[in-house]
Amino acid sequence: MTDSDSLLHLRKVTVQFGGLKAVSDFNFRIYPRELVGLIGPNGAGKTTIFNLITGVYRPTSGSILFEGKSVAGKKPYLITKRGIARTFQNIRLFDSMSVFDNVRSAFNMHLRHGISYALWRGKGFDAEEARIEHEARELLDIFHLGKVCDLSCASLPYGDQRRLEIVRALATRPKLILLDEPAAGMNPTEKTELMELIRFVQEKFEIAVLLVEHDMRVVMGICQRIAVLDYGIKIAEGPAADIKSNPAVIRAYLGVDDGEPNSVT
Amino acid sequence: MACWPSRSTINDQPSTHLIEFLQQLINGLSLGAIYALIALGYTMVYGVLRFINFAHGDVFMVGAFAGLYVAPAVLKLSNGGPSWPGAFLVLVIAMVVCAILGIVIEKLAYRPLRNRPRLTVLITAIGVSLFLENFGQYAFGVDPQSFPDLIGDHAITIPAWCGPLTDLTIMVSQVLVFAVTLFLLISLRFIVTKTKLGMAMRALSVNPVATSLMGINNDVVISFTFGLGSALAGAAGILISIQQPSIDPLMGLQPGIKAFVAAVLGGIGNIPGAALGGILIGVIETLVVGYSDRLHIPSGYRDAVAFFLLILILLFKPTGLLGRVEREKV
Amino acid sequence: MFERSKIILLVTVAAIFVASRFSSHIDPYYYDIILSIGINIILAVSLNLVNGYTGQFSLGHAGFMSVGAYAAAMFTTYASGPFLGILGPLGPFLSVTIFFGIALFLGGLAAGVTGLLVGIPSLRLKGDYLAIVTLGFGEIIRVIIENVDALGGSRGLSVASGYTNLFWVFATAALTIYVIVNLVNSTYGRGFLTVRDDEIAAEAMGINTTKYKVLAFTLAAFFAGIAGGLYAHDKQFINPEGFNFLKSVDIVTMVILGGMGNTTGVTIAAVLLTILPEWLRHLSERPWLPHWIAPLLANRTIPYSLLLIILMLTRPQGLFGAPGLKRKKA
Repeated sequence: MTDSDSLLHLRKVTVQFGGLKAVSDFNFRIYPRELVGLIGPNGAGKTTIFNLITGVYRPTSGSILFEGKSVAGKKPYLITKRGIARTFQNIRLFDSMSVFDNVRSAFNMHLRHGISYALWRGKGFDAEEARIEHEARELLDIFHLGKVCDLSCASLPYGDQRRLEIVRALATRPKLILLDEPAAGMNPTEKTELMELIRFVQEKFEIAVLLVEHDMRVVMGICQRIAVLDYGIKIAEGPAADIKSNPAVIRAYLGVDDGEPNSVT
Repeated sequence: MACWPSRSTINDQPSTHLIEFLQQLINGLSLGAIYALIALGYTMVYGVLRFINFAHGDVFMVGAFAGLYVAPAVLKLSNGGPSWPGAFLVLVIAMVVCAILGIVIEKLAYRPLRNRPRLTVLITAIGVSLFLENFGQYAFGVDPQSFPDLIGDHAITIPAWCGPLTDLTIMVSQVLVFAVTLFLLISLRFIVTKTKLGMAMRALSVNPVATSLMGINNDVVISFTFGLGSALAGAAGILISIQQPSIDPLMGLQPGIKAFVAAVLGGIGNIPGAALGGILIGVIETLVVGYSDRLHIPSGYRDAVAFFLLILILLFKPTGLLGRVEREKV
Repeated sequence: MFERSKIILLVTVAAIFVASRFSSHIDPYYYDIILSIGINIILAVSLNLVNGYTGQFSLGHAGFMSVGAYAAAMFTTYASGPFLGILGPLGPFLSVTIFFGIALFLGGLAAGVTGLLVGIPSLRLKGDYLAIVTLGFGEIIRVIIENVDALGGSRGLSVASGYTNLFWVFATAALTIYVIVNLVNSTYGRGFLTVRDDEIAAEAMGINTTKYKVLAFTLAAFFAGIAGGLYAHDKQFINPEGFNFLKSVDIVTMVILGGMGNTTGVTIAAVLLTILPEWLRHLSERPWLPHWIAPLLANRTIPYSLLLIILMLTRPQGLFGAPGLKRKKA
């Protein structure tokens, strides 16, 4: 695949906070409809990469191209409009709003009419609101959250909240979705369900997925390609099998050992 | 600023302009010292609790009134005349009263809200401030009252060998303000860097959770911080009353906001910054007022200058001169 | 076109019109209070959009009210000649109605523009800092008015015509409620709530948080300006002191008491807090009251400030708000 095919292209991205280089010279590509993983020890810079891609941080140097156009340092809401959505490490739902309203918030950016319609409430307004309601409920139903539609999202169990966050991100109709440690705090059964959910999302919605995760079973299980970060530098990249036995990766996670075969599982 | 030395007689010689400038500078430093003392309270509380204690300026006012009520008794001890020991006694008593007030306010109004959103505490602080001001008007009367002359204030005689400097007017009270402020600043630095409580304060301002995990009782440290800051405000209240003997229950409003601007200017949460900011604001204000004719600033706008400065700082350099940027973790 | 909320609005306005025909039967003292209730509803409901629904703490709402008051007053004073001349043929009732409507609209416009100018730089700041900056702008507006002689300065401005009546006040209040409730209950308007709940997540959902903050601020300022215009033509005398920080705190108290983000609650709170000071003053004049309690009640800031403190300590969500976050966001 050539460069022109890539959906997201990070080239020599470096970000520096004061004296600390959180990410150095990071090169990375994601192609449409790929499922890619980003792993590394704690503090390696994975969430920083997310924040760079979504515009929360601006790179000190390097370029970030999405569908060929630069998104480096753009405002987050503009980047979402271009087609990149994300979830957060610590779930960030809109606590005061219902499940339905959380998903509905994602339709704001696709609204065809502005404030005057909300005030005047002509026929166009009603039609659009009905369409939004229909689509939102449909989306929630697909993910088995339809029944709790009108409940406060804070009352949902943890696993459902994570799922809701993913649904909400999907409602923005992205081409690429970034999932930040979606399996955190889940038990093995929930994690297996999550893996199926992510595969389902990738196939049904035909979008690319970039996954940051600590659980190796999850990452190795679903990712087609994995990049490994350590201290802000990419130390390895390739399919799961290669990563598992890559000595640099093993060193990063487990430290230098005295000769016994090791693998990262 | 009724009894402050104004600019010396003008006769358009360069040295006269210099003298005039020096005079304003001295006045400004004296005023700035007082702002610095108040600003320290704002900055210390913000450092440990990340909240702006709206009511701090009114603690300053309570200090002045505490002095007012204690002064007659103290003066009696010295047979009605001004006495330095008497003045220091009044100062200490006012500091203690304010320290207690600060600790009580924290315990009753702010501590229960420790884990609530910051806005809740801010609103409470506004309530406390309004209460102190208006209850003060009820208790002390609305009209300004006269603070007794505790030290027999007069201009010090400058020796003749200083030449043109003899035209300067330096009041004993100004010297007192410098000396006391300097002493308090040094003591504060000592407390913050060399004592356990001081180090605990600094630890708290960086990471409250870790601090409590180290076995430190956060509540005690916070109380101590409030007490310390309030005591300094109380000292400022006495010092300004010695310089400008007219006190009233709303006297904390203007100095309060100016000291707050000073704390922000220096970098909120930064102790040396607050002292620096206080001095700067005092000097700037005195220079602006002193030269207001030449700067063509109508006197009515004076009160808005502090707010204007604050808005400029917050918009262009919110971390102030010496502060650190704090990033929100995403 | 004939959508439910519009029908409710039209019916309500018609009912208000009918009721206003009987206003001459109401005792002037109560009539005054009723008008104040209506004006306070407009102020509180509009501020609720900013503080309650969008979660941005503004402490300068009285400043926008003053802009509207002075703008409308200036217009009716100086433009009455030409305008009433043009509108004359329409008859006295219609011409005055249109003239006053234009005056109010211009007042709202002036206030809205001021809100835009203040909001754009200020809304970059969060929490405590935004509150202080809006407070600062409110004070700056007040000081500017105090220094402009054409506006009467600190002496105040007399307003010749008392156009305000029951119909104008309550029809405007109904309109304000209509606009804000309809706005917030649409997908577009839900955007305001996302800004309050989590700005970072809102941006990640493609919502331009800055746009929403500025929009809320400007719209609220617009309605505050209209309220100001109504106020000016009711009391027929305005001065800058009447639009000071305390007035802003008054309005904020209504928003908090009502439950931030609950229009019904805020409306009720506005009614309660308009009646409360009158009731307190009434109470303070009772002969059986010990003489030392009377001043505590007559100066309503004392019970108000205590109310704020107690409210924050016991029920920060106000009377009707959702309990909301007890923890600080991590």
